[in-house]
Amino acid sequence: MAKLPITIPELVAEFGPTLNRIPATGWNADVEPDRLVKTHCCFCGQQCGIQLKVKDNRVIGFEPWEDFPFNQGRLCPKGVKRYMQDEHPDRLKAPLMRKAGAGFVSVSWEEALDKVAGEIKRIQQTYGNDAFALVGGASLTNEKAYLMGKFARVAVRTANIDYNGRLCMVSAAAASKKIFGIDRSANPWSDIPLAQAILVAGANIAECAPITTEYLWQARENGARLIVMDPRMTPIARNADLYIPVRSGGDIGVFNGMLHVMIERGWINREFIDQHTTGWKQVEEVVRRYTPDYASKIAGVPASMIVKAAEIWGPARSSFLLHARGIEHHSKGVENCLAAINLVVATGRIGREGCGYAMITGQGNGQGGREQGQKCDQLPGAREIENPEHRKYIAEVWGVPEESIPHKGLSMVPIFEAIHEGKIKGLMAISCNPMVSLPNNAYVREAYEKLEFFCQVDFFLSESARYADVVLAGSLMEEDEGTTTNVEGRVIHHQKVIDPPGDARADWTILCDLAARLGAGDKFHYSSPKDIFEELRVASKGGVSDYYGITWDRIDREKGVFWPCPSADHPGTLRLYEGNKFNHADGKAHFQPVEWRPAAEETDSEYPIILTTGRVVSHYLSGTQTRRIGALVDQYPQPLCEIHPVLAGKLGIAEGDFVKVESRRGAVIVRASVVKTIRPDTVFVPYHWPLDRAANNMTVRAIDPVSNIPEYKICAVRVSKVEAPHDAIAELAMEAGGVR
Amino acid sequence: MNPAEVMEFFIDHSRCIGCRACMQACEECDTHRGVSMIHLETIMRADSVQTAPQICMHCEDPICAQVCPADAIKKTPDGIVQSSLKPRCIGCSNCVLACPFGVPKYKAEINQMMKCDMCYDRTSIGKRPMCATVCPSGALAFTTRDNIERTRQGVAIRDWQFGGETVRTKVNVLVPRGVENINVTIEQIGVTRTDEYDVAVLLQGD
Repeated sequence: MAKLPITIPELVAEFGPTLNRIPATGWNADVEPDRLVKTHCCFCGQQCGIQLKVKDNRVIGFEPWEDFPFNQGRLCPKGVKRYMQDEHPDRLKAPLMRKAGAGFVSVSWEEALDKVAGEIKRIQQTYGNDAFALVGGASLTNEKAYLMGKFARVAVRTANIDYNGRLCMVSAAAASKKIFGIDRSANPWSDIPLAQAILVAGANIAECAPITTEYLWQARENGARLIVMDPRMTPIARNADLYIPVRSGGDIGVFNGMLHVMIERGWINREFIDQHTTGWKQVEEVVRRYTPDYASKIAGVPASMIVKAAEIWGPARSSFLLHARGIEHHSKGVENCLAAINLVVATGRIGREGCGYAMITGQGNGQGGREQGQKCDQLPGAREIENPEHRKYIAEVWGVPEESIPHKGLSMVPIFEAIHEGKIKGLMAISCNPMVSLPNNAYVREAYEKLEFFCQVDFFLSESARYADVVLAGSLMEEDEGTTTNVEGRVIHHQKVIDPPGDARADWTILCDLAARLGAGDKFHYSSPKDIFEELRVASKGGVSDYYGITWDRIDREKGVFWPCPSADHPGTLRLYEGNKFNHADGKAHFQPVEWRPAAEETDSEYPIILTTGRVVSHYLSGTQTRRIGALVDQYPQPLCEIHPVLAGKLGIAEGDFVKVESRRGAVIVRASVVKTIRPDTVFVPYHWPLDRAANNMTVRAIDPVSNIPEYKICAVRVSKVEAPHDAIAELAMEAGGVR
Repeated sequence: MNPAEVMEFFIDHSRCIGCRACMQACEECDTHRGVSMIHLETIMRADSVQTAPQICMHCEDPICAQVCPADAIKKTPDGIVQSSLKPRCIGCSNCVLACPFGVPKYKAEINQMMKCDMCYDRTSIGKRPMCATVCPSGALAFTTRDNIERTRQGVAIRDWQFGGETVRTKVNVLVPRGVENINVTIEQIGVTRTDEYDVAVLLQGD
């Protein structure tokens, strides 16, 4: 029974989040570290190089790693303070079992693993194999992501495995695959400063990918002109050559409107289009309607901005498109990305120095985490689970009959819908916290409460893990070894820095032990993560994301290797599509015509304001880690509702007032931050907090039909001034969901 | 040392994104672990997202040292104005009031002024200061003048006019070409409002 064993304040008192403020050896300067370990930050897809200071198997501080080419020592506040998640009082150091009325009690690994394996078997025997689902995460290493996919298909034999990258990268992935046949940023970051025109669409780079800022500014020093589209004037938008305060969900108006003007003015590359693309006629037909006036009504901005954007982008000799969740988190997220990438293809500015585009992956291993087979529709090497050839190849690698590999299962949101419908009865999750990160939080909580059995692998007791029957104490990034693939497609090596504390264990050993209990032990014989990588290399061989030529030694020597890298003597692929060779069977890029359509929930007289959600610079995802680090919490302790003074004035709201932001699904009470840097028809609440401070109380459970990404960036709300709340949740510390 | 190899500090406020990596990293510096010596000013958040990092500017003739009755603030031969000397500082806060950049801070818990010493422990052994190493935006940079001139459009200056007071600093700020010194008049100090970044105004079009 996946219900809370004791009250939330009781759970918080025992398991946090509490704040770690002091390094393991205190603030003294006289402690000499035993070792300085070159590894990477775990807190976003950029995967900056960093050196961690180690003393007596404890991480005690950091030192910049200036030789790592991507960030050259640069770090954001999350990277600087990341070491404070180690030696943390909230750290889970042993498996826990739920005991109603008493909370969680420590048990032995034998007892915990037996219980989990027993429940998987019981549920599958009673309700069928697919009644047990698995949910993974895009903060896992490539090795663990690969293992999760294999564990689901070979040990648990369920079709229903998906991962939280479904909440992050899938719209970008689907769009890139449709147009070019590969899901990866087309260019390395070193191409950004070489571009003459840069379009940043729906990416709060300063806060969500801070290191990329230097690349943008360097481009501008070189003479580039920068266009930024965002409903909020973000720190990079402030200094852009053109800032377009697009209405959330109106992006296609800008993209199609720009293309309309570019066709009119002759700023498209007809020769490239004729030789290297398909589908242009249909695109031309659609964008004919998107005159600047028509487009401006969709985009919610003056027509002159769209014309000016075309005037910057159209005639440029080189250009770079960067897009992120702002256009992707929509029930038309794939279409938004397609319309944006059409602007790249129409100019033929791709596959060369300074010419191309990139999606800014959000999670630590957002790129690699989606290639190794933990998606419901994929097998390793970014192979398709319904492709007979692909199934056959992976079945051989795994040593199982092809027909034993389950077919396509449910994605993240439909898994929770199937729990509601009683079709899924058991769940095991790792590296994700849906109680904060999935839309319509109340719906998610009800789903957890309906489960017959729920197991979470975690290092801290996250808001979701509170609902678990069994919590398996896993490992932080620095407590295990493996690879990730950064935002550029560069495969990098996370070194093991310390051992997991107490009886906590490396995640991969937990999965292998469970596989053995499920009768598949012979398929999970690994002595180290390196063994898993060696198998992953073979499994990816010949696939789109081919890692076969990549070894850990090469990664260390070359400071990362870009996939595809099909053989040991292959240098890796810094830039995709050189020589205009695209990855479809016909070798061409496939234009996709896109027509704008409304969001799942537009505003109306009852809920007249647009809510959009996102991140702040000092927190990462659901906050499980960063809401436990004092310095990061101090920087942004609780969610605020950004609201324009015009709207605030109409509603009688002043700076610092408590406001209730309320949708048809739920509400938060937070303080107002009255700022001119947001559209007057829109409010913004960041999503890193739980309970009555969870922005996802309000968001809508609507998903893109192709990518299945939820629509986090637009729903309808009303906002009103309220009294300061004093209930038990409000009285919690801010990092736990309280409010001050 | 060849002048072309001399490392200098440069601030470009137009690049700052307000992420506070500088402050978080500053307090990791060994000589003052746990206390950040850099400040990040959020300028009129209601109007704009503009932020401005403030390290010690290391004046050639430091006003903080001039006004110190206890002679507790010393300058090294290479021009670094150091934090106050513990045996001498009397915690009077004259320096706090006198510094035109608002850099020195009085720490009541130790009854002493502390301020940025440009990571003397790092720079004196060839490392870059913590803040300028981590800064994700390049708003803070510790590099050669030659490198800045090659890679930046702005021009580095270090002459300031505060009313009748002229100040030359070791630290440079990047300003648009054509600007030769920064003249801070009394009228500029104090609260001003701007609609330049008002999204509602932008949406009204030309």
